[in-house]
Amino acid sequence: MTLGGIDLIALTATLMVSSTPVLLAALGELVVEKSGVLNLGVEGMMIMGAIGGFAAAVMTGSPAVGFAAGALAGMGMALLFGVITQILLANQVATGLALTLFGLGLSALFGKGFEGIRPPQTARIDFGGLADLPVLGPILFSHDWVVYFSLFAVGAVGLFLSRSRAGLILRAVGENHDAAHALGYRVVAVRLAALAFGGAMAGLGGAYLSLVRVPQWTEGMTAGAGWIALAIVVFAGWRAGGVLLGAYLFGGVTALQLRLQAAEYAIPVQLLSMAPYLITIIVLVAISALHARGRQAAPAALGRSFHASR
Amino acid sequence: MKRRTFLSTTAALGALSLGLPGLAQAQEPLKVGFIYVGPVGDMGWSYQHEQGRQAIEAEFGDRVQTTYMESVPEGPDAERALTQLALAGNSLIFATSFGYMDAVMNVAAKFPNVKFEHATGYKRAENVATYDARFYEGRAIQGTIAGRMTKTNKIGYIGSFPIPEVVQGINAAFIHARKVNPAVEMKVVWAYTWFDPAKEADAAAALIAEGCDVVMQHTDSTAPQAKAQEAGNVITFGQASDMSAFAPMPRVGSTIDDWAPYYIERVGKMLDGTWTSDATWGGIGSGMVGIGEITSAVPAEVKAEALAMADAIGKGEYHPFTGPLNKQDGTPWLAAGETPDDGQLAGLDFYVEGITAELPK
Amino acid sequence: MIHLERRRAASRFWTLAVPVVAVLATMLAGAGLFAALGKPPAEALRMIFWDPLLGPNAEYFRGQLLVKAGPLILIACGLAVGFRAGIWNIGAEGQYIVGALSGAAVALALWPAESPLIFPTMVLAGALGGWAWAMIPAFLKTRFGTSEILVSLMLVYVAQNLLAYMAFGPMKNPQGFGFPGSRNLQQYPSAHNAELIAGSGLHWGVVAALLAVIGTHLLMSRHLLGFRIRVAGEAPRAARFAGVSPARLIRFCLGLSGALAGVAGMFEVAGPSGQITDSFNANYGFTAIIVAFLGRLNPWGILAAGLLMALTYIGGDLAQLMLGLPAAAIQAFQGMLLFFLLAFDLLTQYRIRWKGART
Repeated sequence: MTLGGIDLIALTATLMVSSTPVLLAALGELVVEKSGVLNLGVEGMMIMGAIGGFAAAVMTGSPAVGFAAGALAGMGMALLFGVITQILLANQVATGLALTLFGLGLSALFGKGFEGIRPPQTARIDFGGLADLPVLGPILFSHDWVVYFSLFAVGAVGLFLSRSRAGLILRAVGENHDAAHALGYRVVAVRLAALAFGGAMAGLGGAYLSLVRVPQWTEGMTAGAGWIALAIVVFAGWRAGGVLLGAYLFGGVTALQLRLQAAEYAIPVQLLSMAPYLITIIVLVAISALHARGRQAAPAALGRSFHASR
Repeated sequence: MKRRTFLSTTAALGALSLGLPGLAQAQEPLKVGFIYVGPVGDMGWSYQHEQGRQAIEAEFGDRVQTTYMESVPEGPDAERALTQLALAGNSLIFATSFGYMDAVMNVAAKFPNVKFEHATGYKRAENVATYDARFYEGRAIQGTIAGRMTKTNKIGYIGSFPIPEVVQGINAAFIHARKVNPAVEMKVVWAYTWFDPAKEADAAAALIAEGCDVVMQHTDSTAPQAKAQEAGNVITFGQASDMSAFAPMPRVGSTIDDWAPYYIERVGKMLDGTWTSDATWGGIGSGMVGIGEITSAVPAEVKAEALAMADAIGKGEYHPFTGPLNKQDGTPWLAAGETPDDGQLAGLDFYVEGITAELPK
Repeated sequence: MIHLERRRAASRFWTLAVPVVAVLATMLAGAGLFAALGKPPAEALRMIFWDPLLGPNAEYFRGQLLVKAGPLILIACGLAVGFRAGIWNIGAEGQYIVGALSGAAVALALWPAESPLIFPTMVLAGALGGWAWAMIPAFLKTRFGTSEILVSLMLVYVAQNLLAYMAFGPMKNPQGFGFPGSRNLQQYPSAHNAELIAGSGLHWGVVAALLAVIGTHLLMSRHLLGFRIRVAGEAPRAARFAGVSPARLIRFCLGLSGALAGVAGMFEVAGPSGQITDSFNANYGFTAIIVAFLGRLNPWGILAAGLLMALTYIGGDLAQLMLGLPAAAIQAFQGMLLFFLLAFDLLTQYRIRWKGART
C-alpha cells in the first residue's frame, strides 16, 4: 500500500519502533501527572535508563537484564526526585530541570568505556507464518517484545486509571490532595509510588533506545526524547489512548519527513517539525474550551507541593 | 590597557615560552590546547580530533603538554573557552568546529602571540591558520564501490546540513557511481544534525525503505550502520571514524578524518619556529583523509579499482571533479578535462546533473 | 518520628544559612565524586569556587561571570514576579529565542545602514518579540483557561524550530559560503551590543539585569501592584475580593517575563553571541527557572543565585581545563548543587520536630 510513493505499511512498522521509547516514557509520566506531580526530569531518567540498560546488557550479555537495569536506573532517579519534592517539599519544576542536568552528566560518567560497543541483540518474537501476512504481518507481527509490552502497557495504564480502585485513589490525590488526605489516603506514599513507576517506564524507554532503536551508547543520545514525552502527555489530554496516538504522531512526523525527503519531496523540514507542538497547543485549547469553567483535563493539583498540616 | 594585562599574565603563566621562544623550548614544554564541540566519546568528529591530540603526545612526549575542553557550545562559551586556554599559557590552540570561527577571530586579536588553528573555517589572520580535509576524495571512492555493488541502483545519502562540504560529498559520490553504473540514482535525506543517533537511524530506515541498498552518511553516529546491518543486504561506509565494529558487512569501507599527521606537522613547526598562517586543505595524499580497509564483502576487482583510484587521487593524478560536468539544471560547469579551483569548491552550492533531488536553499 | 511544622514566617537564620550549608554539602559530595574520578578534590573545588573570583586572571573571569549571569538574572527576575502570583511561565527559553530573532531581524533588515537609533529599536523589537510570544499563553489562559505551563513549554519547541528555519533560511548570511547562521552583529557597529568598558564583561544586557533586579524589588515591595501579585499568589480568593482582576494579572506577569526574556535574547545575539545560529539558545531560559527558585523568587536572591550559577559554569570550565575533569562531571556537580540548595530550602519554611508515635 503506497501513497505518493511512500510505503505506508513500512512507515507504520518503522514508526512503531521509533516511537516506543517516548511512548513508554510518556505513559510513565502520565501516571505521575495523574497523581498531581509534574516531573520535568524525564530526559534525565531516560538517559540513565539508556546507560544503565546498555551497561547491564553488555556485561551480562542479556538484553532482558539490560531492560530491567534500565528500569531500575530510571526508578532510582525518580525516587531522588520524589524525596526532594515530596518529602523535602522543593519546587517540582526546578527539581525536574535539575534532575535532567544531573542525569545527563552522571550517565556520561558511567558511560565512559561503553562507547563504540555493540549490545547483545534483542530478538524479535517469531510469529511464524503470521509475519508474512500482507499489511498486518509487518505492522503487527514483526517486532520485539518491548513494542508489544508498550502496547500492553497503554491498555493496562488506561484500565488502571479508569477502572481500578487504586487508580481512583491516585486520581483523587492528583485532583485534590487535601481532600484525599482528609479521607485518610497517604498522599506522599501514593505519589512516590507513581513516581517510581514513571521512572521505571522512562528508564525502560531509555534502555530501548540504546539497546534496540539505535543501538549503541553515546553521551546525550536521548537528544530531547524526554521533552517530547512530556509534550505527548499534554497532547493526550491525560488519557492513555491519547498517549499512544500522540507518541505515534510525534514519532510519525519525524519518520514521515525523512521518508518524504527520501521520496524527493521538497519540504520545509523545520516547519513540519513544529507541527506536532502546534497541534498539541490546539488540542490543549480545545480541551480547555470544552471544559470551560468546569473540570480541566489537567490534574488540578499538578505541580503543587503537599504538606499535611497535621 | 586590558590587552597589556592579558599579555603580562600570559607571559607569566607560560613562563618564558612567549618572551624568548628559542630559549624556553629547551626547558618548558610547548603547551597545546584543543576545544571540541562534542564529547570526546562521540566516536565521530570530536573523537577523531582527540585521537589527533593523543598522537601529538605520543610523537613529542615531554616536549609538549596538551589539554582539551570538550562539549564546548558554539558562541560566547567558545570565546571564553578559547580565552581560558590562551590565559593558561597554551601557545597553539586548535578550534575544531566551524561554528567557532568568529570566536577564534575575536580571541586571536586579543592574543597576537598565541597561534590558532581553526578547522573547516574560511577566516584567517596573522596568527590564525585554517585546515580542512577533502572528504569528497573519499566519497569518490565510495561512489565507485557503491555503483559497482548496488543491485537496486539506488544509493542513499544521509546529509547533515546543506553546506558546501556535504554537497561536495554528495556530488563526488554520485559522479563516480554514475560513471561505473549509468542506471544509478541518488536519494538524499537531510537529518539537520551532525549527531542524533535515533534520527540518523530513522533516516537510514527511510532510505532503505525507498529501496536503497547503499547508505552513505555524513553524520557521525554508527546508528545508520546498525540499521543497515538489521536490513541485511545493505552496505554502508564508516564516517569520521573507521566504524570497523561493523566490518566486513555492512561497513565495506570508510572515510576517516585522520588529523594526526597534520597536528604533528603543525606542532613540529611550532617547536622549530617555522609556523605560519596557512590554509591547508588536505586529502588522501597528505593522509588527512583515510579510506579504511575495504572489506572482503567487496569483489576483488572492485576493490582493485577503488584502490587504484585512491592511489591516483593521492598522487594528484586524478581530481574527483574533472569535467565535462554539468550543473543539475543542465548548464555547463566544467569543460572536458577542467577541474574547479578550491575557492569554487569551498562555496559549492549546487548538485551536478543527474541528481533529481532538490538542494534545500 | 520526624515531623515537619510550617513556620509562621521564613526563618531569618536559615534564609542566610541554607545557601552556605548547601554549598558546603555540595563540596563534600563533589569532593567524593572528583576523588572517585581520580582527580584531586580540593584543587577541583578551589578552581570551581575560588579561582574565577580571586585566582590568576580573575579580572577576566569576573567579567565573564557578568556575561554569563546577566541573561540568567534578567530572565529570572521576570519569571519570579509571575511565580509569586502563581503564574507559571516555563517557556522563557522560547521567549528568549523570539526576542533574539526580532532584535536580529531589525538589525539584518537595516544592514549596513549606520544610525544611533538602530540599537534602541532592536531593544524594543526584542522586548516586543518576547512579549508577543508570551502573550500567546496569556491569551489562551484568559480566554479558554488553558494551562500556561504547558502552552509556554510547547512554544519553546516551536520557537526552536523557528530559530533553525531562520538560521538556514531567511536570516542566512548571504556572504557565508552557504554555511548556516546570520551575519555577525559584532561586526555591525550600530547593532553591536559592545562592552561598555573594554574587558569588563559589562554590556547593556548586564546593566538591564541590574535594573531589573532593582525594578522588581521596587515593584514587589513598594508598589500596590506588587502587593496584589503577592496576594494573588498566596490567597487567590482574597485577591479576587480585593478587586484584583486575574486576567489583567496574567497578562501583566506573562507579558513582563516574556519581554525581559526577549530583551535578554536580543542583548545576547547582538553582543556575546553575535549571530543567529540554530544552536544560539544555550538553555538560558530553563536555567533561569532554576535561578529564580534558588533565589527564592526574591530579586536580590536571584542576583546571588545567578552569579553562583555562572560561577559553576566558569569554574567548571576551568577545572576541566586544568585538571582534565570531564565536562560531564561538571554537569553532575551542578545537578548536585541544585538538589542540595532546593532540598535544604525546606529549613527556611519548616521546623523539623521530633515527636513520639501518635496518630
